[in-house]
Amino acid sequence: MINVLFFASLREQLGSEKLELSSDGITDVQSLLSALTKLHPNYNNAFNQSILVAVNQEMSTREQTLKPGDEVAFFPPVTGG
Amino acid sequence: MLSTQEKLRYSRQIMLNKVGEQGQLKLRNATVLIVGMGGLGNPVALYLAAAGVGKLLIADGDEVDITNLQRQVLFSQQDVKLNKADTASEKLQLNNPDVDIEVIDEMLDEELADYYIPNVDLVIDCTDNIAARYLLNKACLQHKKPLILGAATGFDGQQMVIDPNNQESACYQCVFPSAENAPVNNCQTIGILGPILAVIGGVQATEALKILMGLPVKTNRLALYDGLNQQWQYFNVKKQTSCTACGHSK
Repeated sequence: MINVLFFASLREQLGSEKLELSSDGITDVQSLLSALTKLHPNYNNAFNQSILVAVNQEMSTREQTLKPGDEVAFFPPVTGG
Repeated sequence: MLSTQEKLRYSRQIMLNKVGEQGQLKLRNATVLIVGMGGLGNPVALYLAAAGVGKLLIADGDEVDITNLQRQVLFSQQDVKLNKADTASEKLQLNNPDVDIEVIDEMLDEELADYYIPNVDLVIDCTDNIAARYLLNKACLQHKKPLILGAATGFDGQQMVIDPNNQESACYQCVFPSAENAPVNNCQTIGILGPILAVIGGVQATEALKILMGLPVKTNRLALYDGLNQQWQYFNVKKQTSCTACGHSK
């Protein structure tokens, strides 16, 4: 399984704080995103915008490889002030 | 040496073991550039002036707007249409006349950054867009000055410290490698709850005072504040060797 977490406004936008997804066919963050967008149309919109990702609490990229048990957190970049 | 008046004025922080008279002297001898005098810049500048930081350079080319007053707490209704840096300077001097304040009443561009940054001890990012942060990031890397980043919109905030004097320190572009797909989300487009800025600005001011007094601060860490759920998350950031700003390929 892959543990997926959503933080900040992304959590509100998706109406979800966390979910578990089977790691079958998921090799990296990009393939996880593809699997997530198939779950709900909302996810497609949310992931089309700029988004930050952390794997096991470390900032990563969409190319980061994943293994079962990994925790993947998504959140929006905050740029105002 | 601190004067009797200074010892009294700053007594409540001087009594802290980690501050003391030595710490207060370091603050008095320090120069800080605060870029942006909006929602983050207001509390940051007020706390640094109140704490007795010797010299503040405050930069903003914008005018006070009626829609700013809900969160930019240094400004009053009568300040609408006045330059933000100018107006903030007057309010800060009322709080602490001993602080030397230099107003830069225009948006900081590359030329101004290269002019001012070599002469400061650290830079605080209180801007509201990615382009300005790229500019500050680059200039601070070049002039080897610590940069304290902050951002806020909605109920959310982010904060990170960059120390170019530490070879391992990640920079802003290690986290945000490209402006591609960069959000244009700012307080104007998606709104902001005022006190979120005080939370992030308060952290920025705290980190600034710590750096000026020689206390350790955490780099290589992105802090995310979720005000709606009253929750902080921390993510480790590694310096990216491929980073176009601080890595080998720069």
